[in-house]
Amino acid sequence: MLKKQRYSPEPKDGMLVEMHNAGVSRNGRWLVRGVDLLVRRGEIVTLIGPNGSGKSTTAKVAIDIVKPSEGHAHRAPRLKVGYVPQKVSLDWTLPLSVERLMTLTAPASRDEIATALEEAGVAHLAGRQVAALSGGEFQRALLARAMLRKPDLLVLDEPVQGVDFTGEVALYELIRDIRDRTGCGILMISHDLHIVMADTDTVICLNGHVCCRGEPQSVMDSPEYRKLFGTRAAEALALYRHHHDHTHLADGRVRHADGTITEHCHPEDGHHPRHDNAGVEHAQAKGVSDAR
Amino acid sequence: MLDDFFTRALLAGVGLALVTGPLGCFVVWRRMAYFGDTMAHSALLGVALSLIMEINLMVGVFLVATLASLALVFMERRRALSTDALLGILSHSTLALGLVMVAFMTWVRVDLMGFLFGDILAVSRLDIAVVYCGGAAVLTLLIWLWRPLLAATVNTDIAQAEGLKPERSRLIFMLLMAAVIAIAMKLVGILLITALLIIPAATARRFASGPEVMAALAAVVGALSVIGGLTASLQFDTPSGPSIVVAALALFLLSLMPSPLVGNDDRATEAKP
Repeated sequence: MLKKQRYSPEPKDGMLVEMHNAGVSRNGRWLVRGVDLLVRRGEIVTLIGPNGSGKSTTAKVAIDIVKPSEGHAHRAPRLKVGYVPQKVSLDWTLPLSVERLMTLTAPASRDEIATALEEAGVAHLAGRQVAALSGGEFQRALLARAMLRKPDLLVLDEPVQGVDFTGEVALYELIRDIRDRTGCGILMISHDLHIVMADTDTVICLNGHVCCRGEPQSVMDSPEYRKLFGTRAAEALALYRHHHDHTHLADGRVRHADGTITEHCHPEDGHHPRHDNAGVEHAQAKGVSDAR
Repeated sequence: MLDDFFTRALLAGVGLALVTGPLGCFVVWRRMAYFGDTMAHSALLGVALSLIMEINLMVGVFLVATLASLALVFMERRRALSTDALLGILSHSTLALGLVMVAFMTWVRVDLMGFLFGDILAVSRLDIAVVYCGGAAVLTLLIWLWRPLLAATVNTDIAQAEGLKPERSRLIFMLLMAAVIAIAMKLVGILLITALLIIPAATARRFASGPEVMAALAAVVGALSVIGGLTASLQFDTPSGPSIVVAALALFLLSLMPSPLVGNDDRATEAKP
């Protein structure tokens, strides 16, 4: 199971991080398996999938927080990472102002801090204690901190959680702006299975493995959505239409397009004729996106 | 000046407090109070082993406290029991082992009370030199480690992702704890060391706006506790180590009093997820 063969990737232009058949197991259970992923400079890759599908684990493997149990994860030499984790719980005994949070992992000048806070739209919170921030304010402060580092790769684990719809659109605009200005690569995790950031180059849908991947379709193309969200939002958001060749059943088994049912879903098990022709709707999609 | 035992005690105590304050802040932030207590209790085992092997007491205590902390980290990874239970087991069994081993050693006269509660009034010039040299070394390392350790305290994953090696910070931090325990044992004793780490830091929290301010304040509060406690012990003829802790407690209780000087009370946000 644990193949220790040497994997040497062919050099790719602007490669920041690359994963090849990566998997993580804990206590004999696979959290995620068989993930291939590539983020290049200036590219936005979005990971989607239901809760417990291994999105956060995949992102952590990409930036060396978690070591893969099988497969490989490669990073560009001296890759500078800016990371916004899904949850940061601060012990209240630690007094920390937003301004001090900015220099948590690296020093920065007052001007740089002010600019980053300004860009993230939280300049007015500079002197506030982190413990007193709301969820959305904290997210923006963490984003400001991550981009202050001028990273090569920005990893955002559910950056729009706890943020209302207008805030979500504004945050996506901000993230796109960071990419456009700095040319960094962005690996983002979205809690929504259907709506992703419009500028995403690749969407990867996970459910313990890579279910499907592809490009999102702009919401702008659809008049109904444009009407629903408004023009500004429609520019920031995109739809991801799932084209799955298998369905995850409630008991964890998998029904494939050819009608067979297996315990697990692996790309190499012969039940995936082609990844784009079956078009079975995503079984878990509804429950999760409704939970928003 | 150093001829006076009281002056020597004051100097040694203040020197120690200047180190335990900042270090204690991390103990509080990282919720390692019981962890520190366990390391301190293992010091008695260190005393017993150093007497058997005839090595320097401080070196023995430092080594055993380090080993105890490494054992804890190792067992935590194995997930055999909850951390809470592991700490309970290690804390009391190392203390008991130490007591039993010392009792067996009939050939040396061991001042058990001195080890358990300290004897700050008996510090020599050499002890003062050890406190200040050792303390300076610990503080220097802590300042050098400050950013990665604080980042790891706020969020391990951020520290790891952004290349600050949180595991290394944690290991060095435990070595610093072991060193402080080895230095402090003679002054305040095994059973009261954790008090000097935690109480001044907890007192400083109320008045601190940032981590660095809190560390500095904790050092000042610790020094005040030593001065107050020693003066009181001279006045009322009470045991010196416990008097220092009682003084620290008094300052902590004072800090809890409502004050118009401290406007925003951050504890109001404690319940927030």
